[in-house]
Amino acid sequence: MIKSQATEKINQKKHQVMRIQNVSLSFGGLKALIDVSLEIYQKEILAIIGPNGAGKSCMLNIISGIYTPEEGTVIWKGKKREKVAPHNIAKMGIARTFQNIALFTGMTVLDNILTGRNLLMKRGLFYEAMFLGWARDQEIQHRKKVEKIIDFLEIQAVRKVPVSRLPYGIQKRVELGRALAAEPELLLLDEPMAGMNVEEKEDMCRFVLDVNEQFGTTIILIEHDMGVVMDISDRVAVLDYGRKIADGLPKDVRTDKKVIDAYLGVG
Amino acid sequence: MFLGGNTLSRNLELLDTFSKILRDNAAVFANKAAIREKEYGIWQTLSWNDFYNNAQILAYGFKKNGVKRGDKVAIVGDNRPKLYLTIAASQLLGAIPVPCYQDSAADEILYILDHAEIKIVVVENQEQVDKVLEVIDRLPKLNLIMYDDSRGLENYDNKSILPLSNILDSKDKVSSSWVDEEINKTSKNDIAIMLYTSGTTGRPKGVLLSYNNLISVAGKACEIEKFSVDDEVVAYLPMAWVGDNIFCVAQSYIAGFCVNCPESRDTLAIDLREIGPTYYFAPPMVWEAMLTQLMVRMQDAARVKLWFFNYFMKVAKNWGNAILDKKEVPIWGRLLYGLGYIFVYGPLKNNLGLTRVRIAYTAGEAMGPDTFLFYRSLGINLKSLYGQTEASVFVTLQNDGDVDPETVGPAFPGVDIKISDGEVLYKSSGVFKGYYKNDKATKDTVDSKGWVSTGDAGVIDSKGHLKIIDRAKDVGKLTSGKIFSPKYIENKLKFHGIIKEAVAFGDNKDFVTCFINIDLQAVGSWAERNNVAYSGYIDLAGQDEVYDLVEKAIYEVNRDLSKDGALSASQIKRFLILHKELDADDGELTRTNKVRRGTISERYGELVDAMYNKSKTCHITTEVVFEDGKKGDISADINIRDLEVHFSKEKAA
Repeated sequence: MIKSQATEKINQKKHQVMRIQNVSLSFGGLKALIDVSLEIYQKEILAIIGPNGAGKSCMLNIISGIYTPEEGTVIWKGKKREKVAPHNIAKMGIARTFQNIALFTGMTVLDNILTGRNLLMKRGLFYEAMFLGWARDQEIQHRKKVEKIIDFLEIQAVRKVPVSRLPYGIQKRVELGRALAAEPELLLLDEPMAGMNVEEKEDMCRFVLDVNEQFGTTIILIEHDMGVVMDISDRVAVLDYGRKIADGLPKDVRTDKKVIDAYLGVG
Repeated sequence: MFLGGNTLSRNLELLDTFSKILRDNAAVFANKAAIREKEYGIWQTLSWNDFYNNAQILAYGFKKNGVKRGDKVAIVGDNRPKLYLTIAASQLLGAIPVPCYQDSAADEILYILDHAEIKIVVVENQEQVDKVLEVIDRLPKLNLIMYDDSRGLENYDNKSILPLSNILDSKDKVSSSWVDEEINKTSKNDIAIMLYTSGTTGRPKGVLLSYNNLISVAGKACEIEKFSVDDEVVAYLPMAWVGDNIFCVAQSYIAGFCVNCPESRDTLAIDLREIGPTYYFAPPMVWEAMLTQLMVRMQDAARVKLWFFNYFMKVAKNWGNAILDKKEVPIWGRLLYGLGYIFVYGPLKNNLGLTRVRIAYTAGEAMGPDTFLFYRSLGINLKSLYGQTEASVFVTLQNDGDVDPETVGPAFPGVDIKISDGEVLYKSSGVFKGYYKNDKATKDTVDSKGWVSTGDAGVIDSKGHLKIIDRAKDVGKLTSGKIFSPKYIENKLKFHGIIKEAVAFGDNKDFVTCFINIDLQAVGSWAERNNVAYSGYIDLAGQDEVYDLVEKAIYEVNRDLSKDGALSASQIKRFLILHKELDADDGELTRTNKVRRGTISERYGELVDAMYNKSKTCHITTEVVFEDGKKGDISADINIRDLEVHFSKEKAA
């Protein structure tokens, strides 16, 4: 007889990929982040939540290296990270999706995801233009990878459809596909479920979990849907007015008094 | 392509089981394509040789996992080469494959796995694994789950859940003498497959079909239609359905043609276009949906194109059928049709992926004559057949050049048909071996002389063609004593593109009423063009304008009925549009989309009562099951509308 339960996710030994130490950031007089520290562990799904204007997107931008903190340090894979040029961000192994969709709307799904492979194409302008030998092999390799992502995200039926003709939920999926194409170690998702209906949300949740499970990608997501956050994340960090007020397992955060106050207001 | 030499030369007396045919195919067709699957955007082909080799490896692996002669192997999933391989491997070992409907809910699967005493189940993917795991505690005999697609299953740390690739990629050397020995042990009266019929009433029954049943029928069909190794078929209908086992397994084995598995359900239209099958089967619903979609899209076409379309469709209507039937057609008729082919029919067929179709079938339900003739007028040789799981599909089949849309054609060669008490009975070499563990039902269905009751009421016309009227037990009487045939009325309603499903009531009542399900696509597009705003099915179904639209359709049906002496009393006096689409997940339809009358009149009892107590509206709350198995309620106030009926000739008397 077969056991009825598939066993729980095997507990990974915790290995830090990024440490953010006492980071602060302000825009003029507005203090977006105040003395925030956060550790990110390998292969975890970390959710960052908080009311509007709490500094969540700022936090993502710090992690991805778009913003450089005024105070504090960011340690990436054991080394202190200095200011990074935009084109080097993706090379670090960090990919992201955006709160509002940022795809090339006139291009097909396939081409959009292929753009995610851009950094991994290395054969030089001449060969690429002539589509000779190496360039050709390389194109085949990249196409293979992209096809695997298309299969993974179950968007085979729209492979050759321009993105602008697709419904919102599918566009979001394509955007995730493009981020995955870069084979990131760390994937940042800025409100991946915003504006979706229940079914689309459920699909997206499954994809996020599958990415984490199959590719072992570390995922940080910002999300407002508490059901989603509590269901899929391993750990939750809560920001309020630029400060981190809680950080822990979903079940602990849910009952944390400070968190409840931040969300419901202090009575 | 039309020679069919390969089918005629095969000695099916000697090749009397699928394993024997397969062994022969590996020698005769060797590197010709046996099965294709689109994966990662590319069609991947297995030749007959590869297919046979893989079947051997899999059979050996099954044997090592304890599968023995006579054991049953359940299969759950979409049409995938590895699942077809599972069928071949099980049969090679003398085990009996039991394919299940892939959409079945967990407890439906539970019933079959339990009833068939399954020890090993082979499934497509994680979805199906989870479904089986959900009910595993109630299946003490099941000891192995194997799967094809490993996605999402990597972390299932369970020794009894294994990928098929474990066996297929193993380096085990399978000795050919062992394989030959196993194959030679199979014989024509062994059970080839067990198929559970969905059944409009009660629990599904396991139909046992022997090699002889399937091979004799499929062989004859191959001969009639001249199938050869060059034909192509797309496998997209459930593997648990008997048709798939005839069209895509038995006939493919015998004729050697290639079976193509689509990439996913959503890509079917694209895959059809890429493959261009020469042999195509679809239930009426699919043909009708295709036509509806086409008409909806034509509404958005530029005026010139629409004019061309309308003009040449008229030409096709006038001459297309006669040309297809090779009848005499004036030269200008042929010329116009030829022009139409260049401008309209050719591109249209290409768009639908039907350019190369040589033989197309439909069966299962009645199909509107207009829809039927539409496809034939395009030059697609669409034919009706009448069949049953218990008959290994074929009971009747329309002949080329002699197609009447009102009938299902004459008896299939080797089949005897008779009508007894209005019910259709038949006898043939395809008649099943019995229901599994249900002798009583077998005896109720097959009489001592071998006649099988179909449960369908029908008549045989002057040309010897069978016409199916209704399920025999559904035919009832109005209180006036006039005959009432719900299916007949429902079919007439469903021939209107805007009506997707209908359920008629009238047995033991004063008059006839009906429930309507509108076709969301057709009515949605109509609403868009007529500035009717709506938010979803419930909203659209409740709108007065939509009621008007449906009323017009029913008015026409009533006019038709009024001309039909015996049925003029069956004109519909009241109707309502249901607030939800009838769904197999809610038990309202069978898995093959047939209406379950009992369930519906129970679930919607209040509505039926309201129809007969002069109410104008009725409030109803219905429990629905969502795709993920969760339950919820939807409720609505449903309007009931009265209709004027037509005077019939009888009424005057």
